[in-house]
Amino acid sequence: MTKLNSKIPEGLLKDKWSNYKAHQNLVNPSNKRKLDIIVVGTGLAGGAAAASLAELGFKVKNFCYQDSPRRAHSIAAQGGINAAKNYPNDGDTVYRLFYDTIKGGDYRSRESNVYRLAEVSNDIIDQATAQGVPFAREYSGLLDNRSFGGALVSRTFYARGQTGQQLLLGAYSALSRQIGLGNVTMYNRTELMDIVIVDGKARGIVTRNLITGEIESHFAHAVVLGTGGYVNAYFLSTNAMGSNGSASWKAYKKGAFFANPSFVQIHPTAIPQHGEFQSKLTLMSESLRNDGRIWVPKNLEDAKAIREGKKKATDIPEDQRDFYLERRYPAFGNLVPRDVAARAAKERTDAGYGIENNPAGEGVYLDFKYAIERLGKNVIEERYGNLFQMYEKITDDNPYITPMKIFPALHYAMGGTWVDYELQTTIPGLFSIGEANFSDHGANRLGASALMQGLADGYFVLPYTIQNYLAYEIGTPRSNPKEVKEFKEAEESVKSYLNKLMGIKGKTSVDTFHKRLGHVMWNNVGMARTEEGLKEAIAEIQQIKKDFWSDLKITGEINAMNVELEKANRVADFIEIGELMARDALNRNESCGGHFRLEYQTDEGEAMRRDDKFMYVAAWEYKGDDQEPELHKEELKYEGIEVKTRNYKSA
Amino acid sequence: MSSKTINIKLKVWRQKDATTKGKFENYELSEISTASSFLEMMDVLNEKLVGEGNEPVAFDHDCREGICGMCSLFVNGHAHGPDTLVTTCQLHMRKFKDDETITIEPWRAGGFPVIKDLMVDRNAFEKIMQAGGFVSVSTGGVPDANAIPIPKKDSDEAMDAASCIGCGACVATCKNSSAMLFVSAKVSQLALLPQGKLEASRRAKNMVAVMDELGFGNCSNTGACEMECPKGISLAHIARLNREFLVATIKE
Amino acid sequence: MSSFFTSSIGKKFLMSVSGLFLVVFLAVHLTANLFILGGPDAFNQSAHFMGTNPIITLMQPILAFGFLLHIIYSLIIQIKNWKSRPVKYKKVDQSETSTWASRNMIWLGIFVFGFLTVHIINFFYVIKFGEMNMITVNGVEMEDSYKLVAGLFTDFGAISYIYSAVYIISFIALGLHLHHAFWSAFQTLGLSNIAWRKRLSVLGDIYAIIVAAGFTIIPLYFLLF
Ligand SMILES: Cc1cc2nc3c(=O)[nH]c(=O)nc-3n(C[C@H](O)[C@H](O)[C@H](O)COP(=O)(O)OP(=O)(O)OC[C@H]3O[C@@H](n4cnc5c(N)ncnc54)[C@H](O)[C@@H]3O)c2cc1C
Ligand code: SF4
Ligand code: FES
Repeated sequence: MTKLNSKIPEGLLKDKWSNYKAHQNLVNPSNKRKLDIIVVGTGLAGGAAAASLAELGFKVKNFCYQDSPRRAHSIAAQGGINAAKNYPNDGDTVYRLFYDTIKGGDYRSRESNVYRLAEVSNDIIDQATAQGVPFAREYSGLLDNRSFGGALVSRTFYARGQTGQQLLLGAYSALSRQIGLGNVTMYNRTELMDIVIVDGKARGIVTRNLITGEIESHFAHAVVLGTGGYVNAYFLSTNAMGSNGSASWKAYKKGAFFANPSFVQIHPTAIPQHGEFQSKLTLMSESLRNDGRIWVPKNLEDAKAIREGKKKATDIPEDQRDFYLERRYPAFGNLVPRDVAARAAKERTDAGYGIENNPAGEGVYLDFKYAIERLGKNVIEERYGNLFQMYEKITDDNPYITPMKIFPALHYAMGGTWVDYELQTTIPGLFSIGEANFSDHGANRLGASALMQGLADGYFVLPYTIQNYLAYEIGTPRSNPKEVKEFKEAEESVKSYLNKLMGIKGKTSVDTFHKRLGHVMWNNVGMARTEEGLKEAIAEIQQIKKDFWSDLKITGEINAMNVELEKANRVADFIEIGELMARDALNRNESCGGHFRLEYQTDEGEAMRRDDKFMYVAAWEYKGDDQEPELHKEELKYEGIEVKTRNYKSA
Repeated sequence: MSSKTINIKLKVWRQKDATTKGKFENYELSEISTASSFLEMMDVLNEKLVGEGNEPVAFDHDCREGICGMCSLFVNGHAHGPDTLVTTCQLHMRKFKDDETITIEPWRAGGFPVIKDLMVDRNAFEKIMQAGGFVSVSTGGVPDANAIPIPKKDSDEAMDAASCIGCGACVATCKNSSAMLFVSAKVSQLALLPQGKLEASRRAKNMVAVMDELGFGNCSNTGACEMECPKGISLAHIARLNREFLVATIKE
Repeated sequence: MSSFFTSSIGKKFLMSVSGLFLVVFLAVHLTANLFILGGPDAFNQSAHFMGTNPIITLMQPILAFGFLLHIIYSLIIQIKNWKSRPVKYKKVDQSETSTWASRNMIWLGIFVFGFLTVHIINFFYVIKFGEMNMITVNGVEMEDSYKLVAGLFTDFGAISYIYSAVYIISFIALGLHLHHAFWSAFQTLGLSNIAWRKRLSVLGDIYAIIVAAGFTIIPLYFLLF
């Protein structure tokens, strides 16, 4: 049977976290100094954890691939962060936040973790405010809230359109203070290459210095991964260029189970692709759907004429526009959840109604004409001025006059390294936090909840739970990795791996492979998945892998900065992650949240969940390069909440 | 979205590493879509170079949406190129003409040594932040977020300052390579908020002391930084930094 | 406190304070000079007052000190600024991002300083230590400064024209220097914000124009009338 022990504490849902804290082991102050912790990642999760652990007295080594911890991709989050403060007095409670998150995740997340997340959400807002994060305020001087998709209350705190930036800079400031005090040693422009296991426990990492190419080893009593999500497997996504799944993947190959890899979120409102050389997709905030109406032409000829540049959006008369979300979902209209909106757009473009002149004709209109008529241009400008300006800079189109073009884009990975209640992976001493783990969002993440989770993990959960592990490590002396066999072996294997990459000496660039992979992922492991398509994807990805390892071309040197080599290392892992994603999607014979299998839909085209068979977390175990991974199931039990079907057609 | 294609000539600074002498190399690219971003154009150049068996041009970038502050580049005499309120990753090729020669240089400043090609080392900014760019609170034990009301005006102004992305364009464009705009943004943000006010003097002193050590020049108020700053950080923050610094000195 | 004057902001503080002091001096100097428009007697009385008033006399060494401070610190600051970009750009375009004057303060300053040297030799030195004609105005015997000034601007033919031209150009340079300096001094002292920046800039420009135009009137007065 299963090897998974999720270590959920005893007691009522609402008491679990307090019970845990009351009985867990702690490390005494004089011993903390003797313990080293490696934190990989400086995003909301990693940055917050590194700072908090150092404040407690542990010696922390913190790593990121950028030139500064402040540049982790959390910086790009726009919308906001949820918390159950109930400042607006509109009836929010910890339970309601918990409930919305579980329901939004389509009942595929672990109840106890989510409840704890909701519980600590309020502390995050207090902490950030104390750090000087300039959240939006009312004239009263008190904090302002706004509402976000999937909730009946206003619980989202925000800092203009830059909430992630401000929260990250808050964590970064705390981290900078600890670096200045000498409690954190910061390694910028350093990439994790492998995790080192000694006697079954995570004992350190091997890294590559991205400036010099040097391979180095670092020892620690525990290793924490806060390395973010892996949706760049699709090549085009809203993630940063360097966002990668490699750290989680190296952990997987060392024995950490990978959970729900196929659960990724496709955000409905990004700017569509414009051409073959496009490198990433830019998100347009979800809030735009509050005032914009989404449509495509009713006639195929009109759509074609628009794509060919013969007609403009404004040439299409009112009665020739198909407001398909309003048509299909009268109750929620343009405000249906992300997964539903994204799928509906794909359905229209697949049928030939797309309006953007890109290879697949992928794009739909988001029209503000009606809102401008109703509210006036001023109001719209006040609400979305920044976004409109950003849109115009990118597209050279004025959204006040012509409708915006949007299309769904890969955005977030709900899946990730499997962790127990303590955020520990299946490798003792290896922890995973933030987007890198799988824990809190089930099959779909609600807006403004990723920031909450990253900071909850980093500030308020991991600093407790890691001590329950470290309390048993106080007898383990610091060791010099140069003298430990396992470190030497790991270094050697990293070096030979990189040499192998450099040695292929083929003809095709890394980006070409990455794009090829992205193509397969988008078409077959994207918004609408089928058994046939997924099997095809697995075969194609295996072919890409073969071609990659025989025809890759990397210029430059191994012992120096080499951007192509960095990319190759990441893409090699994306290829394998992509395969596991397809495998997981194939295994899950149901539709839930972001995972939509065409075979499993209702007559009306809505997702069909199969709770009797699939109410579990799929945790995959690596069995070797030529072996199929082994599936372990963590059954999900809901005690504090009634399991229901999501319905957005009627209220 | 009227996109056409243009042909361009590039003059790009190439430098093997920090210690090797660099020089300009000329490249030509044809049929670049004006709808693509500047960095996508650089991607095309790099694909071409790799295809020819050469090393691609190293340049910093990550988010490609103007928020991480990682991208740099001095393009045709301007930090982040010839457009206002954008980072290089937000700059688009429609800003350039057919047959135009585009000169691309790294940030040039004593405080930002070149690492390779167009990549520079901005660690000096890290050191400045570590000297005082924070409120000295630790995790936990803080008051309720609404315990201290903050006038909306102050909070908004603090947010203006806080939107600095730490890109270094201010230093790059300043004729004196001064880092005052960057430092002032953080000092000003925290001085405006009651949480940060308590340490305002100390912060200003410590951050300026480190800034002075790291090879940045003296601000002479030309205002070029403000004009080239992708986030429009105002010189008014420098005035506040000066004020905090003078107050710190008087208090001593 | 000790570290203050070695810090970048401390050094600029000295530049600003000495600069503002020189601004005040310029106003006094200009006022005294403009008496020339009232004819020889008025001007000579004004010059006599400036030469004998104890407060003004007392201020002279302080003024010299102010000049020295301003000049020395400008050099210290400028040298560091030059050094802080060891490798220059190949292509820089600042035409739209800052004013020409703000980028060339050191050259404007050096130009004005050059003129100042000549000026001190021609006037201040001659009046203080040279041979001066004496005249009596309202029963008080005093040096005939008017004659000295008028002589310089008119008596030497072509050289006077050149001298007048240099004089005028120098004060235009000084005006440009002030155009940036005035607001800049307040900014460095922390006495500016978004609203005051505009006001102070306008005030600075008005002042700069008054100084440049005011001093320029003098040679023009002699050349044209
Ligand atoms: C455009 C955009 C908008 C978003 N808006 C919102 C929003 O409004 N609200 C919300 O709640 N969520 C939002 N999200 C999601 C949210 O921002 C992320 O899920 C969250 O910030 C992830 O934080 P993290 O700390 O887990 O990882 P990240 O912030 O991605 O940090 C990863 C860190 O790991 C390091 N790293 C990665 N790989 C390696 C390696 N191999 N070696 C060394 N270091 C490595 C990186 O350097 C970085 O420091 C948004 C996401 C995007 C892309
Ligand atoms: S002040 Fe502006 S130019 Fe300078 S680092 Fe910040 S964002 Fe960049
Ligand atoms: S790449 Fe992030 S700001 Fe340009």
